[in-house]
Amino acid sequence: MDPQVETLRDTFEMLPDWEERYRFIIDQGKKLEPLPEDAYADEHKVRGCMSQVWLIAKSGDDDQMIFLGDSDAHIVRGLIAILLMIFSGKTAREIVDTDIQAIFEDLQLEQHITMNRRNGLYSMVETIQRLANARLAGD
Amino acid sequence: MSRAEADIPVATAFSAQALRAQFPALDQQVNGKPLAYLDNAATTQKPRAVIDRISDYYARDNANVHRAIHELSRRATEAYEGARDTLARFIGAGRREEIVFTRGTTDAINLVAQGYLAPRLKAGDEIVVSEIEHHSNIVPWQMLCESHGAILRVAPVDDRGVLDLAALQRLIGPRTVMVAVGQVSNALGTVHPVQQIIDMAHAADVPVLVDGAQSVSHLPVDVSTLNADFFCFSAHKMFGPTGTGVLYGREALLDSMSPVQGGGDMIETVSFQGSTWNSLPYKFEAGTPNIAGVIGMGAATEFLEGLDLEAVYRHEHALAERAEAGMRAIPGLRIIGEAPGKTGIISFVMQTAHAQDVGTILDQMGVATRTGHHCAMPAMARFGVPATTRASFACYNTEADVDALLAGLDKVSSLLG
Repeated sequence: MDPQVETLRDTFEMLPDWEERYRFIIDQGKKLEPLPEDAYADEHKVRGCMSQVWLIAKSGDDDQMIFLGDSDAHIVRGLIAILLMIFSGKTAREIVDTDIQAIFEDLQLEQHITMNRRNGLYSMVETIQRLANARLAGD
Repeated sequence: MSRAEADIPVATAFSAQALRAQFPALDQQVNGKPLAYLDNAATTQKPRAVIDRISDYYARDNANVHRAIHELSRRATEAYEGARDTLARFIGAGRREEIVFTRGTTDAINLVAQGYLAPRLKAGDEIVVSEIEHHSNIVPWQMLCESHGAILRVAPVDDRGVLDLAALQRLIGPRTVMVAVGQVSNALGTVHPVQQIIDMAHAADVPVLVDGAQSVSHLPVDVSTLNADFFCFSAHKMFGPTGTGVLYGREALLDSMSPVQGGGDMIETVSFQGSTWNSLPYKFEAGTPNIAGVIGMGAATEFLEGLDLEAVYRHEHALAERAEAGMRAIPGLRIIGEAPGKTGIISFVMQTAHAQDVGTILDQMGVATRTGHHCAMPAMARFGVPATTRASFACYNTEADVDALLAGLDKVSSLLG
């Protein structure tokens, strides 16, 4: 298993109740690297979220993709942080090949947080994988 | 810290607690907490009588209506048309033919827009709505304006969410062809003075459509006293099933309207040279209708007829006041919409949390609310917020629900404050 995912899973397991898990997620959001001002544009908005979500990709070393994101809702910002732990720093190929459903199951995310479709988690995953696909297509 | 305590008046002697026993969905735990269902403006729960009526219909009487001569069809037709009688009585319609079954309020407004207004609308004509209408009472008119070169005029509300009647009066002019207002705002709970609005419009010979989706199950309505030209509402917001609703229209207006949908049951004769229409209300009910839905709506209406709706209004208003008293003690919480006499709808924003955060944490606490723009984006824009959290009460809500909401909001403050 991906070491990042393993760490996350261990952390979630240690948190005793929903309140602590949400507190953890919210805290991760507070630690997100800020987005550059010009990233808050419509073209970087993730559709299908109730709150506003922005996501951008930039290039790291050795074909890595680095993602930055933000939201005006605390819990969503925390979920972005969790997704960045999973995806950021991977190659486009690795990102496209990631079985996110399996990772969510490993993390028991469904049990840990309300997987309301409208929190936009899946829309964010789609955006990340679409950006990776575009990178693979030589965009 | 923010609970409404003993000095807040008790919500009245209305027996909400007794009513709850009739609603099976209310009796459950959500995320380990007793459910506090406060999303009634979106849809209400259904009493056992409605669920049973629908289930019995399918189990015993299922047949198509108005067509066959066999026993089941007779029973189905009797139940379906019986619901029409019940609904006509419930809203005070003069004649049963004035009750048209639709898919809901949206469908009803679109029927008036396309069937009544479109054929007579000219470029430069004006349609007047309020600033805090539901999208379904804006967009159908807007579409007409675009296709016909007509103009949508918008009557503003003040900072409390109260309609500026004088401004509305000024908007009604020689080119006004329709005034369309909600009786109760779904986003803010404001009760518009529809009686005055109708009198005002009628003085200028302008018909009025009243969107009653948020009123019929929360306060007494009588369309004859109101003298409304069109009045529409949805079954699912009045303890009935989804997918069905009513357009009430004054007979003369309905008679003057063209059908919008052609098909079975709405015709008198059909030949390839041309067809003639069935009589009212059938010319507007093309195709096999939502028979079970209409019958369920009839049962929901009977349930409502068993309530004192004046007492229901006072009960819900008192619950909202109790909740708002507690909410005012929460730092950074702003209530959006403070019209006097509003129904049991509370829209609010919190400085420390997005509406989505609030809704998510309340859900963890077993409290069901709505977050978002409530299909009233212009109303949100008027108050400078992208979204709110909305708690909305129904007859079966109790002070325990209010306390759960306030406890949930305390939790939001502690997690995000």
